[in-house]
Amino acid sequence: MMRYWVMDSWTMTQRQVKHLFRNLDSLFISIALPVMMMLLFVYVFGGAIETGMDYVNFVVPSVIVMCVGQTCVFPATGIAEDKTKGIFDRLRSMPIHSSTLLIGQVNGNIIRNIVSTSLVMGVAMLIGFRPSAGLIEWIAILSILLLLVVSLSWLSIIFGLMASSVEVASSVSMIFLFLPYLSDGFVPVDTMPSVLKSIARHQPFTPLINALRALMLGLPIENNLWLTVSWFVPILFISMAFASTMVKGIKK
Amino acid sequence: MKNTIISIENLTKRYGDKEVLKGVNLNVEAGTIFALLGENGAGKTTTVKILSTLIRADNGVAKIGGIDVNKKPREVKKIISLTGQYASVDELLTGKENMEMMGKLYHLSNREIRTSVNSLLNQFDLISAAKKQVKDYSGGMRRKLDLAISLLSQPKVLFLDEPTTGLDPRSRLSMWKSIQELAKNGVTIFLTTQYLDEADKLADKIAVIDGGMIVEEGTADELKSIVGEDTLGFTFKNEQLTTAAMKLIGGEEGDTPYECVLTSEESVELLRETLNVLHQNMIEVEKVNIRKPTLDDVFMHTTKRSEEK
Repeated sequence: MMRYWVMDSWTMTQRQVKHLFRNLDSLFISIALPVMMMLLFVYVFGGAIETGMDYVNFVVPSVIVMCVGQTCVFPATGIAEDKTKGIFDRLRSMPIHSSTLLIGQVNGNIIRNIVSTSLVMGVAMLIGFRPSAGLIEWIAILSILLLLVVSLSWLSIIFGLMASSVEVASSVSMIFLFLPYLSDGFVPVDTMPSVLKSIARHQPFTPLINALRALMLGLPIENNLWLTVSWFVPILFISMAFASTMVKGIKK
Repeated sequence: MKNTIISIENLTKRYGDKEVLKGVNLNVEAGTIFALLGENGAGKTTTVKILSTLIRADNGVAKIGGIDVNKKPREVKKIISLTGQYASVDELLTGKENMEMMGKLYHLSNREIRTSVNSLLNQFDLISAAKKQVKDYSGGMRRKLDLAISLLSQPKVLFLDEPTTGLDPRSRLSMWKSIQELAKNGVTIFLTTQYLDEADKLADKIAVIDGGMIVEEGTADELKSIVGEDTLGFTFKNEQLTTAAMKLIGGEEGDTPYECVLTSEESVELLRETLNVLHQNMIEVEKVNIRKPTLDDVFMHTTKRSEEK
């Protein structure tokens, strides 16, 4: 039973990897936006924003988070597409555990993010990003990014399962793209009006971006690491539980 | 006692206010092709979804091979295959990859996968397209691939939900041929269709579903006999000949000019007799038209009747 579950998850992951490399346009589109934003912020707005450090160093962590947000729309659209095209029904009529369909999406998205994040990081280095993180900091950075990818993927899957079409499912990107802006990511929170300031201070992406930035640039991390974990670990487990229940009970 | 493989008793299903199935009863014998015929929204897909364990019925019992679909869905899944309303194949994978993936999900050994994938691709004439991505396939090829995938697990019962909807006439014919061949190999086929000619051509037994209820059931011939007899139309050259002929052979005036229409259950016998009589009296027939009742007639007849109820 467990063996089959692992085998099926692996089969579904392979499927997603094939999709990823046969659908390179969509991968590049999801990288293009964060990269363009990065260039725009660094070269156009950057000069006017006072952050107390080189602006490119300030902005790269949030660009990476934005890039992750952008690619995390794929689990939602992937699930919605399988649902509307009948693949979902076929798989559900087969003697396999329905959660393996979701695991495939999550694993595929982790691989997709490894590719996209590396590319964005490469461009950042080219325009002058100079992180000072050592080995332990990098391990921490990658762990945080992995936590982010996995929890957003599961959240995204819920949207995919609920959505009636691929278009509706893709609207999940609104949240993933909008929230990073409302944080310390691009401009210091202190410069925002008071209402926005309190929203920005109390949303999950703010400690996440601050933690990444602190780790990358060797700044004091304060309590940002713990805040990040206490936001995203519950998001992960709640989404996971919710999605796994939903996939069993889909009616139409 | 005949060997019943699918039995459905008093199945009901409601979505909100809408009663989709209002007590469906059906029995399907093993190794036959069964067609569920109905218009869009009659309850065909809902029935198939319940039988293939995708949704649960509100009430009633459905059994496949004696196993209750509600109580032991996992056991049922092992003996069925579902080909949904749309060719449910992965567009970005090649035909072969699609089949290999499904083979793995059915937990076949690598050797089994290799041999059955090859023989199925062969059987469905897909060998030359095996390495192409499915997005470049025609509608007919997708359906065939879908069908081939369904056979990987060697199911006892195969559900085909509108297998030829949206196909061009040639693909449709070749799909029919494939379905008939499958039935010869002993697979029980439960198909839904809104095409009467399809049910007529393929099915050993047909049930007409309308408004969530089975309104008629039987073989194609049995259903046709409900509507009535064959009609024979004789067309003559002019008014004069027509009148003369009608004096001899009786019958009624037809829809087209100079036509005389007879009805009979023994249409061949009647045709010979009539032609003999006319020939002896030197009346020449321009055109003869034999019209058998079609399932369209049955369909209009039965669904109209259930509307009147």
